[in-house]
Amino acid sequence: MAASCRFKPLSRVAVSGGTHGNEMSGIYLAKHWLRNPMELQRGSFAVTPFLGNPRAIEKCVRYVGRDLNRTFTTEFLSSTEAEDEPYEVVRAREINQTYGPKGSAQAFDFMFDLHNSTANMGTCLIVDSEESLLPMHMCHYIQTHYTRSPCPIYLYKLLGEETYSINSVAKAGLALELGPQPQQVVRADLFTQMRDLMACALEFIELFNNGTVLPAFEIEAYKITGRMDYPRYPDGEISAMVHPKLQDKDFRPLNPGDPIFQTFSGEEIPYEGDTTIYPAFINEAAYYEKKVAFAKMEKHMFSIPGLQRE
Amino acid sequence: MTSCYVVHEAPVRRVAIFGGTHGNELSGVFLVKHWQENGAEIQRTGLEVRPFITNPSAVKKCTRYIDCDLNRVFDPDNLGKQITEDIPYEVRRAQEINHIFGPKDSNDAYDLIFDLHNTTSNMGGTLILENSRNNFTIQMFHYIKNALAPECCPVFLTEHPNLKYATTRSIAKHPVGVEVGPQPQGVLRADILDKMRKIIKHGLDFVHIFNEGKEFPPCTIEIYKIMEKVDYPRNKNGEITAVIHPSLQDQDWQPLNNGEPIFLTLDGETINYEGDSTVYPTFVNEAAYYEKKQAFVKTVKVKLTAKGIRSSLS
Repeated sequence: MAASCRFKPLSRVAVSGGTHGNEMSGIYLAKHWLRNPMELQRGSFAVTPFLGNPRAIEKCVRYVGRDLNRTFTTEFLSSTEAEDEPYEVVRAREINQTYGPKGSAQAFDFMFDLHNSTANMGTCLIVDSEESLLPMHMCHYIQTHYTRSPCPIYLYKLLGEETYSINSVAKAGLALELGPQPQQVVRADLFTQMRDLMACALEFIELFNNGTVLPAFEIEAYKITGRMDYPRYPDGEISAMVHPKLQDKDFRPLNPGDPIFQTFSGEEIPYEGDTTIYPAFINEAAYYEKKVAFAKMEKHMFSIPGLQRE
Repeated sequence: MTSCYVVHEAPVRRVAIFGGTHGNELSGVFLVKHWQENGAEIQRTGLEVRPFITNPSAVKKCTRYIDCDLNRVFDPDNLGKQITEDIPYEVRRAQEINHIFGPKDSNDAYDLIFDLHNTTSNMGGTLILENSRNNFTIQMFHYIKNALAPECCPVFLTEHPNLKYATTRSIAKHPVGVEVGPQPQGVLRADILDKMRKIIKHGLDFVHIFNEGKEFPPCTIEIYKIMEKVDYPRNKNGEITAVIHPSLQDQDWQPLNNGEPIFLTLDGETINYEGDSTVYPTFVNEAAYYEKKQAFVKTVKVKLTAKGIRSSLS
């Protein structure tokens, strides 16, 4: 039997709510925890809550200058201060200083990032890649202990792409993506689910820190392969909507020939790929401007080696 | 057979369909844009139907409004304000719209305006009525409800001494609000767009049939009349301390009785409704209403009767 990988116990853990200022579950949770920090205390560690993008939260918008959750690349983090730079670049450098620096030994051990989507993402767990062992073990623990709804795992990093998300500042991270929820709205059910998922994740860290041996396992996860834009007119306006048969079908198989868009005149546009893929972020409001109607993923089975505290 | 008591109403010749009064309510935006390119679907003989984007700057930014809510500034005060440098964009826009489709309360005003909206609340395809004595509109709503049955088409009456607001559509003689949800802001759902499209189709069919001389006998419809707005519980700093309870979430138009849950605090406590009688909540958890201090609106179910009508030219 292969020996477990060994990691130091996690002592410095953070959670961001409001990385996007209009995704309300995380904002309400973070504000609640800032008033009641005891809820995030455990025997072997405590979690520091913070508001990811305070200016965007104040205005209840996704971002003020640029998407904060795309700003944690080397390019932005190491750029010199400039007069007219977007607020989020300044904020990213602040967060990198407090919870990073990204890639260094001083960085926080773990960061959670709380998100909502207008897409039917359910209770989705987002990790950068299957090579991030600690987050993969955490996902496995959550899937087996939080059984109210399936928790699909979405691996967001494309091959060769640099990580750009807020939690990439820490040594390891996990994002919770709960939907569907409109922007600017807080639904009690999703708020409660997010809170319970966090409690489950913290249980895992406590178990890990206390020396529990976490054996190897096989796990199913969805790996992003590309993104599909809306059909558009020459002037850039969208010329078709997500087809009613695709709407809300996140994580369900999409086969070649299945309808994906419907024009305003009622015509169906089919999926023209060669193989079955799994869509996610179907009809996410914030992705219209990013030219993404849905993300395309492949389903994989990964073998994850065992893990134990050093 | 001619009815002994039928009101002769002027034929309806000039109709407008407004989209983008709120720039992030996308069904109306895209329907109007489509109809501006290809208007065959909304044409009917004997009437002019003009699709129009009311708040283009907000539509461009995919935001509800730029400076202030366009759907609240069609009152005489704002419509008559002098245009200065610092006048809000929407007030200036309201005056432009009033010039094209009004003037409000004059004979030159458009006969009928459909104002297309979406809501994050689970209101289905709701028709909004501003005046309980507008026989033409009530008859139209009766027609639309029948055409869409068994699908529900709730009618929301916003007539109220203080709670009524000066809408974009109020410049027309017959203002009609079409509010379809649930749909997130900034999202275009095919099913929601289709529902809105059907409502407009039947509304225009009604106008056409009416103009052709059909007599519509007196009718009665069940409507929901606005009573009161209910805000979220807040602390001293004005921050919301409780959210819509899961039992109330998505239950627009369903009866709410005394003692039933309405809010859930962030500490997990339930706050119950305290009232003498059953109410019917609507606009439950509408995104845009957090800033307007509205968690939901209480309505009561009322039967409204319209007189028989017939076009005066027939």
